[in-house]
Amino acid sequence: MSVILFLVFAVIAVVCGINLVIQRHPINSALSLIGVMGSLAVLYLMLGAEFIAAAQVIVYAGAIMVLFLIVIMLLNAGAEGRTRRPSWGAIVGIPLIAVFLGLVSFVIQALLPKSETVAFGQFTGGNARNIGHALFTTYLLPFELTSVLILIAIVGAIVLARKEID
Amino acid sequence: MNFFIISLIKAAIVAFVLLTALAYLQWLERKLLGHIQLRPGPNRVGPHGLLQPLADVIKLVTKEGFIPSHVDKFFYLLAPFIAVTLALIPIAVIPFGPEVNIFGVKTWLQLTDLSIGVLFVLAISSVGVYGVALAGWASNNKYSLIGGLRSSAQMISYELPLALAIASPLLLANSLSFRHIVGQQAGYYLGFIPRWAIFQMPFPQIFAFIIFLIAGFAETNRIPFDLPEAENELVAGYHTEYSSMKFAAFFMAEYCNMVISACVATLLFLGGWHPLFPAPYSNAIPVLVFLFFGAIGLYHGLNPARRRDRFSLPITGIVSIIIALIFLIPILWPVIIPLFWFCAKVVVLLFVFIWIRGTLPRFRYDQLMRFAWTFLFPVAVLNLLVTGLFVAVFSK
Repeated sequence: MSVILFLVFAVIAVVCGINLVIQRHPINSALSLIGVMGSLAVLYLMLGAEFIAAAQVIVYAGAIMVLFLIVIMLLNAGAEGRTRRPSWGAIVGIPLIAVFLGLVSFVIQALLPKSETVAFGQFTGGNARNIGHALFTTYLLPFELTSVLILIAIVGAIVLARKEID
Repeated sequence: MNFFIISLIKAAIVAFVLLTALAYLQWLERKLLGHIQLRPGPNRVGPHGLLQPLADVIKLVTKEGFIPSHVDKFFYLLAPFIAVTLALIPIAVIPFGPEVNIFGVKTWLQLTDLSIGVLFVLAISSVGVYGVALAGWASNNKYSLIGGLRSSAQMISYELPLALAIASPLLLANSLSFRHIVGQQAGYYLGFIPRWAIFQMPFPQIFAFIIFLIAGFAETNRIPFDLPEAENELVAGYHTEYSSMKFAAFFMAEYCNMVISACVATLLFLGGWHPLFPAPYSNAIPVLVFLFFGAIGLYHGLNPARRRDRFSLPITGIVSIIIALIFLIPILWPVIIPLFWFCAKVVVLLFVFIWIRGTLPRFRYDQLMRFAWTFLFPVAVLNLLVTGLFVAVFSK
């Protein structure tokens, strides 16, 4: 059951990812990205990380992508025009992609120990209580530093926006 | 297999009741708005317009599904589908009552309980904005586009105070599952004050409740925050180009969002299915309410002001008295008393939604944004901080 679900949502994620790149209209690309986020959330859920799954949908699909969509709509961005591509791009590009994918899979195989692969339903420490506990004890310093970083980004955005208005 | 069949039956009942309630909620709203504005409201189809929802459904289904030529067809058709699907999903995690024993089958009056139930509802509602935003964009019409943009900006802005207001009762309940949250609100202080989150010590959540209601109005695009479809400036906003069933889908989504926010407010702040009064009295309340209703119906039926009241009001009165008698049967109490209290709270909140629509004028757009960011958000943060402090100091 979990394997079937994994395959379904993994395929959806990959297809949406490819669609994101090949679509020419920004709205289509943004919606494909939402598809990727949604299927990733399902994969998190299947791995037992229920809080991360909910946060993924609330933050990425629900807030960040809506802002993307607002910007695209406000700018009224149209479809991209196709540029004339040199024909040798396809001839050289496809073997290069194959080599690149092979390298990546080789590196992953070499770096990750085999015994550590995660099985579905094994991990149970993904609920909100565990995550909150870990954030405020073990990872307190990174957590606080990240919030300061985000605060700096907010202040920076306000400063930049003010400059435009004056 | 047993679990599968029980779930199927529960899902069928919930879907049927929810869809019927949505249709009649619209009747109730038109009727109440009518009386608030000193006019009768729908009263032609059936007694007191009671068959009006049915007539509306037939009209919307049989209407021509017209697609304007200038729209982006795929997203134009996808948008109402997204809106209505995402509006209907959260009902799956709403508990309507405690665990009950029906014909020897022990089951919860809830479709499923998630350990992250509250987050699930938040996640689904935060994705729900795509229906409106896409409808506005795909319609290829400036009014629709402005409506869609306003709606997305408004929903993102009000999502923050909403989430912060939800976080405070979660601190008291110490859980994200609706079942546990309602369980935490059982019992009474001094024997008569219910331990609902809005009364619960160490810090009553009355402010969080008000913030939640205000943000809920904005999230569901209701007056006084219905800027996305402000008809005097935007024709009809994001659904200007929609007709027939596609329009009905948006309509249904709006009412369903209203029902869901009323349910969530009931569960988080008003103690879910726990009655307002301690046990022996709480069983008598439904009987008294329905007897009172029946007596009014009979009295006005015997002294009719209009000719049709001679039939409709006595029938309403007799039906109410029969319901009151059903509430006297002790075997049924474990099932119907919690359901009565849950539905009563939800209906009261829905009445408030409609009442406010009949009372308040619309905000201006800059007022809407300023209100969210400079007033509602800081108050919600303050409430969360104070709640956290009180819980940390007193709950040990």
